[in-house]
Amino acid sequence: MAVIKKKKDKALPAVNTSALPDIVFMLLFFFMVATVMREVDLKVSVNKPQATEIQKLERKSLVTYIYAGSPRQKYQDKFGKTPRIQLNDAFASLDDVQPFVIQERETKTEEERPMMTMSIKADKTVKMGLISDIKLELRKAQAYKINYSSNPAKDAQALYTADY
Amino acid sequence: MARNKRAIPEINAGSMADIAFLLLIFYLVTTTMDTDKGINRKLPPIDELTEEPPPIKERNIFTVLVNSNDQLLVEDEYLEISELRAKAMEFIDNNGDGSCTYCKGYGISTSSDNPVKAVISLQNDRGTSYGMYVKVQNELVAAYEDLREIYAENEYGRSYRSMDPEEDEEIIKEVKNAYQQKISEAEPLNIGG
Repeated sequence: MAVIKKKKDKALPAVNTSALPDIVFMLLFFFMVATVMREVDLKVSVNKPQATEIQKLERKSLVTYIYAGSPRQKYQDKFGKTPRIQLNDAFASLDDVQPFVIQERETKTEEERPMMTMSIKADKTVKMGLISDIKLELRKAQAYKINYSSNPAKDAQALYTADY
Repeated sequence: MARNKRAIPEINAGSMADIAFLLLIFYLVTTTMDTDKGINRKLPPIDELTEEPPPIKERNIFTVLVNSNDQLLVEDEYLEISELRAKAMEFIDNNGDGSCTYCKGYGISTSSDNPVKAVISLQNDRGTSYGMYVKVQNELVAAYEDLREIYAENEYGRSYRSMDPEEDEEIIKEVKNAYQQKISEAEPLNIGG
């Protein structure tokens, strides 16, 4: 009895936080390793289509992205709602695709060049006319490896019923 | 001398956590973790030669047309997207000339000779939506993958999809060879543009 009373009287000891920096640093290093820097500021809204037969894109440094979709809300008074292409951080026209691919290719080493993949990140409502034009430009620039960026679908059934 | 003997005061590490948190939050905000996934395809080079392609028998071509209303016309027949995979598998696996020993097809005289000769021809309209296009691509790729799955199951008693790309390289090569993906894309039409 006496012992308990004695404990109650004592002030609560401060929680030892000396290990907190270690924990936070651990988290920090995890995030530094597991994530990549956001490269571009998306100017077009991209709602990727769904698919089941998807493959993971290995070696991010060899992947070049081409975005296509309607301009985002804040750019709409300037650029309208017609779907557009975005390369790097800016809106681009079809004629810019070829120089862009060539320029991207220049940054890679000789051995890496054949492994370069062009990832098309397009909104699912974009018409195929635009995508076909992009594909033709890519063929002209001799970039044959492409990837239609899509989100994984739960199963095929979910895919059939998904609307646009 | 006396000064040197004084104990060095301990560095206050109390704000270390704050600094680490700051860095952590910075990384959380500026980086992304999304792993990119998608359907891999290969584009054909632009032909400079105007050489006529070798003729392919009509029965060995599986035509898939997608119009600007995202409707499918497969082998001159209106089809739902959910039926496309089975139909394509039936066509590839048909084994009309009996040369394919592992095929389970019905050997219909109007369908493909064997999986090596079978070609899927896909044509869409410029007004087709990208979402529909990816769906069709997905189904056609899935048809081949499903056939490979069945083949691997019968020949090796293993699931093709769960094979390790490095460990089972030989088997994967062999399975892929049994059902080679032959999807040809024509220039898009511009009717409903």
